Amino acid sequence: MNALPYLLEGLKVTIYIFVIAIILGFIIGLIMALLRLSPIRALNWIAKIFIDAIRGTPILVQLFFFYFGLNSLEFISFDRTTAGIITVAINAGAYFAEIIRAGIQSMDKGQTEAARSLGLTSAQNMRYIILPQAFRRMLPTFTNQAIISLKDTSLLSVIGIADLTQQGQIAIAATFKAFEIWLVVGIMYFLLIYLLSLLSNFLERRFELR
Amino acid sequence: MTMIDVKNLKKSYGKFEVLKDISVEIKEKEVVCVIGASGSGKSTFLRCLNRLEEITAGQVIIDGQDITAKEANINKIRQEVGMVFQQFNLFPHKTVLENIILAPMKTRGTAKAEATKNAMELLEKVGLKEKADSYPGELSGGQKQRVAIARALAMNPKVMLFDEPTSALDPEMVGDVLEVMKQLAQEGMTMVVVTHEMGFAREVSDRVLFIDEGVIAEQNVPGELFSNPRNKRTQAFLSKVL
Ligand SMILES: Nc1ncnc2c1ncn2[C@@H]1O[C@H](COP(=O)(O)OP(=O)(O)OP(=O)(O)O)[C@@H](O)[C@H]1O
Ligand SMILES: [Mg+2]
Repeated sequence: MNALPYLLEGLKVTIYIFVIAIILGFIIGLIMALLRLSPIRALNWIAKIFIDAIRGTPILVQLFFFYFGLNSLEFISFDRTTAGIITVAINAGAYFAEIIRAGIQSMDKGQTEAARSLGLTSAQNMRYIILPQAFRRMLPTFTNQAIISLKDTSLLSVIGIADLTQQGQIAIAATFKAFEIWLVVGIMYFLLIYLLSLLSNFLERRFELR
Repeated sequence: MTMIDVKNLKKSYGKFEVLKDISVEIKEKEVVCVIGASGSGKSTFLRCLNRLEEITAGQVIIDGQDITAKEANINKIRQEVGMVFQQFNLFPHKTVLENIILAPMKTRGTAKAEATKNAMELLEKVGLKEKADSYPGELSGGQKQRVAIARALAMNPKVMLFDEPTSALDPEMVGDVLEVMKQLAQEGMTMVVVTHEMGFAREVSDRVLFIDEGVIAEQNVPGELFSNPRNKRTQAFLSKVL
């Protein structure tokens, strides 16, 4: 039998989960970073607790918590894919939050002072002056996190999501060709990650550092 | 008419009192230079005038508006008070033109075409029209500072604050920047200039404030203050810098 259709099916699921999770994760990270830097103490704490909780626990435990833990409550029911996406997104979000916070804090204070002295509000300063510069500088670190998150998606196979890793196992059960199939699965992950770094390089050139 | 009225201004960082009871009135169209030793509080004083520093006590009134009042709309007030920094602080990810039109467009809703037209006139005035599409990283220090002045002027401010605008420049660049400032003074801009350029203070300013240990130790018209300083500390300071 031919294992390739199985693997391609799994690849699609992996890409689908990764793309949604990384976008959500970025939004979560941006919001958490801004809360973390906000002058309002309560918001600060919310973000800090979130970030510390996620960074301080294994992603597999988080996955089990979101899937088995939350689903054991009567009023919540997540399907596998939703639980998987949430886990990867929240995990990426916590790391993005710290990357973005550090990026914003590393900006020269003179930029903010110039913007505020012109009458820009602090939100306008963030949007037009600080974030565009900080994001450009953070691109390599963002790429790193995206690669880690992509690898994290392979853990989702343990709750039965039909991602590339899970489909590899299924294909092996049918063909008994463990060596060839894990090799091909590995190459597929590698190519995905290679594509990600190409994209990152392209963006870095597109938004050249001034 | 009084443009800037500072009443009993005090500023502390923790227990350290940088400004101790400063009161001064600056008239419309007046050009005031602020001199003093490093660490005496000149920058702090200037930054209190647009509330980049929150003051500890006292009042700062600009064009009749108490900018330190709780209900004061500080963003609105800052639109009227231009500031030029020692380190230029241009936005490096934006072109010269974008640096200048950003604030008028975002804070006043000026249309892009109008903001651009105004910006080009200002660039012409500071002699950098051909640099409109350059990025700050492609300019010399003197050019950067002239763009920074144009950027502040684009908001049509009533007051311009300068914090050592030429201190970060190579000597041969200083003249161009001072020239632009001189022209601005002649056009009747109200200016407060922290500077080590005693020549500029002498030639252009209407009054010189000597700040020492957080107070205005002496103030006078430049001719008097430079040739006939009364305070011992002023004499000591001037003998070092002149
Ligand atoms: N954010 C701050 N926190 C604590 N101390 C500060 C802060 N900013 C300034 N100071 C202190 O306040 C004093 C006055 O500083 P300021 O920058 O106003 O001096 P200055 O007269 O402008 O000096 P210079 O000529 O070197 O620019 C200095 O002793 C400085 O160390
Ligand atoms: Mg200073």
